[in-house]
Amino acid sequence: MPEYSWPPVEKRKLIGKRISRIDGPDKSSGRAKYGSDISRPGLLHGAILTCPHAHARVTSIDTSAAEKTPGVTAVRVISGPGTECQWAGTEVAAVAATSEQIAWDALRKIKVQYEVLPHFVDDEDLPKAGARAKPAGEQLTGDPEKAFREAEVTFEGYYGIPVLTHACHEPHGQVIMWKGDRIDFWCTTQNVSGIGGDLATSLKVPATNVHVHQDHMGGGFGSKFSAERWGVVGAELSKASGGRPVKLFLDRATELTIAGCRPSAYARIKLAARKDGVITGWESQSWSTGGFTGGGAPPIPYVFTEIPNQKKNHTAVSVNAQAARAWRAPNHQQACYLTQCAMDDLAAKLNMDPLELFMKNCDLTGRPDVYRAQFQKAAELSDWKRLWHPRGDSGSGHVKRGLGLACHTWGGAGHASQCRTKIHPDGSVEIELGSQDLGTGTRTVIAMVAAESLGLPVNAVKVKIGESDYPPSGASGGSTTVGGVSSSTRKSTLNALAKLFEVVAPALGATPDQLEAVDSRIRVKGNPAKALTWQAACRKLGARTIMEMGENNPRNPGGLNTGGVGGVQVADVSVDTETGLVKVNKIVAVQDCGLIINPKTAESQCLGAIIFAGICGALYEERIMDQQTGRVVNSSYDFYKLAGIGDVGQIVVHLNMEPEHDKRGVVGLGEPPAIGGITAIANAVANAIGVRVTNVPLTPDRVLAALERRNA
Amino acid sequence: MSHKQDSGGPPKGVSRRGFMRGVGLGGGALGVVNQGAQAEPQAAAAGRTAGPGPAPITLQINGKPYNLTVEPRVTLLDALRNHLNMTGAKQVCDRGNCGACTVIMAGKAVYACSILAIDAQGKEIQTIEGLSEGGKLHPVSAAFVRHDAQQCGYCTPGFVMAAKAFIDKNPNPTIEQVETGLGGNLCRCGTYVGVRQAVVEAAKAMKGGQRA
Repeated sequence: MPEYSWPPVEKRKLIGKRISRIDGPDKSSGRAKYGSDISRPGLLHGAILTCPHAHARVTSIDTSAAEKTPGVTAVRVISGPGTECQWAGTEVAAVAATSEQIAWDALRKIKVQYEVLPHFVDDEDLPKAGARAKPAGEQLTGDPEKAFREAEVTFEGYYGIPVLTHACHEPHGQVIMWKGDRIDFWCTTQNVSGIGGDLATSLKVPATNVHVHQDHMGGGFGSKFSAERWGVVGAELSKASGGRPVKLFLDRATELTIAGCRPSAYARIKLAARKDGVITGWESQSWSTGGFTGGGAPPIPYVFTEIPNQKKNHTAVSVNAQAARAWRAPNHQQACYLTQCAMDDLAAKLNMDPLELFMKNCDLTGRPDVYRAQFQKAAELSDWKRLWHPRGDSGSGHVKRGLGLACHTWGGAGHASQCRTKIHPDGSVEIELGSQDLGTGTRTVIAMVAAESLGLPVNAVKVKIGESDYPPSGASGGSTTVGGVSSSTRKSTLNALAKLFEVVAPALGATPDQLEAVDSRIRVKGNPAKALTWQAACRKLGARTIMEMGENNPRNPGGLNTGGVGGVQVADVSVDTETGLVKVNKIVAVQDCGLIINPKTAESQCLGAIIFAGICGALYEERIMDQQTGRVVNSSYDFYKLAGIGDVGQIVVHLNMEPEHDKRGVVGLGEPPAIGGITAIANAVANAIGVRVTNVPLTPDRVLAALERRNA
Repeated sequence: MSHKQDSGGPPKGVSRRGFMRGVGLGGGALGVVNQGAQAEPQAAAAGRTAGPGPAPITLQINGKPYNLTVEPRVTLLDALRNHLNMTGAKQVCDRGNCGACTVIMAGKAVYACSILAIDAQGKEIQTIEGLSEGGKLHPVSAAFVRHDAQQCGYCTPGFVMAAKAFIDKNPNPTIEQVETGLGGNLCRCGTYVGVRQAVVEAAKAMKGGQRA
């Protein structure tokens, strides 16, 4: 049995090097095929009819005219008479036709009668929620009453962070072909190994009948794990159309309405503190909606969990809208925002520099030393000492500059993953995992680990992922992928190499344990002249191919991966007090993330997280519900705003890559840097304009309204 | 989401999206009307009457003529993706917001989702498939790889085409000009930092004789 560990830093040839992603050329030349690009002979186009009412019961449905439309091959009812639709966008029926146009035409001929029922979609106005509000009960720690009675200073604030959507660029959907006993399922999923079983359960067929295929996928962010109603109905349409493949992807309005959203969070927060800024008590009344099913309680107080005296009440509000899904670092942005805006406001009340207040309270976190060092580094990189000023003290011009900060935490240990390595007699190498690359660089990381283990260049190993026939690997959620696949790949490649050593050892006059694989050669340790080229070594296999497995068991990762990280972000913004426009000048992110396999794609994860979650969440994104109709008002990119290339300013990423981080093993990075940005930006805006804008996104109207309140 | 037969709901007019879907993707409020008289003005733009049924058209793509038969309401994007299997251009926003479907038509970056295929006749269309023919990466694509200006990559072909058209007109762009010039493309993964660097570097490389 080989010993499984990462090679020491000085011996690494690939791990830790800035390697361009191996599928980059395919993507940037348009050759990369996504599920939505798949075409097969006889391809049909599917479309879904959704409920236009926020709450309604289907009373009748007549599909006869749709069925008679020339070019239509199948029609399926999803929500038959009697079905209660709990949100606008509920799937009601679907068609397959020979063109997209005919499918849409046919949908419009489906006659649905509804009994419209009362709806509720206001998640912020808690008193209005009535029976839709479900209090979770009070949670007490220590003696909060005493803490507030004896506090040298108290602060009370209100904060709100809205529902927003995943808005994956590749919409949810699939191409699917159900012919006889075989179902081919070309997906866009974060769950290659699991989604086939999910579909099989819904269709009541053996999981072995479903074959999942996915080379590339266009974004998931926590919203693409299951087969979904459109997967099930797509399969049924295919079967009903004689086994012809059916392509069914959601249009943008439906995507933004039903294919994934983040819970909101609102809270009144009271802090008790000493005059020196050390927090002694926490009280919160919080509420949030996770859609019709409620849910989504933010873990508050966030990071500063050891506040000695706490009283918390959380209420889940049910609204007539789609159920929330995991949204990149679920509930963490919300918790960070509620907790650390209040802390920033406390600092302002104490006329303290928030950097000082956050540093002083580091002992209330799970990793005081990590955060203290990160705050210091972030302050240095953001020029905090020179640029920070007391809140609102930002000069006489109408453009005000301000700085704000936040810190966050995440797990990120590796998921269960199995990897199969094949070494062929011609020297070619295949690495197979039922995993997926969401754009995070998973494919590249696997190739780098495999090549490092085998002493080969990256292009000498063929990474094969995205098929359910490969060994099962976990879904990509919770930043668990890199730890999982790197560990299973490391073990599998070392196991395969050990087998090769056994075959080659006699030829080199050595025992297998005396061999090493370096620079495309198998050689005797300490005697590099005694060596065989990789090709020559593999030829000794004769007609036999080596095939060895490797597994990451999350309960025993053996030091290859771990979880639990901290990060600090600082935002530097300018606010035009005449227009209310906020501009990001610079974001600094300092992030702890264990052993980094590829700093190039790791940095990209941070950059992307800051833009996707930090800047978009702080300034642009919000799902807006129409109270009268109960529908999503902004279900298009006209009005559901994302940051553009001119909106992101300068972004500085500092990854903690010191030996003490490296020795922890691999830790996932997709989520942690996606947390603190919103709060840092919101705190920077408060610092710039001298008043708290309570709700994000910090749109011009909200900024101007806050300024008006300050001036009133 | 809306359809004519619902009862008891709020009054609805013709939404912009519904209209657009009607002329482009079908199924909106004007989808059926479009098969009649509404189709004529669009066909007239091509100089003759066509439709409402499928009509033969010829598109000049990457230097080659392609003959296909499509309904007049079929967009250039639909024609490329669903009729010609050129899937580099992506459908994301459905209508002129995000640039994932960007192609170059008569030398200009355009949203293929917002042009009818029938109206694209007689114009030279360049798609991402024509950019790196022969397997050699175009300098813009190569710069996107080098600067990791892509994650999921779904917006990337559109960005690359927009960048190519932009550099053709702005051979010495500053970062500020890149931010303005590529403001019509949206990335969800947040790759803008890499894109800015890639475009500036690609512009330099293209001046250095690597121009395709």
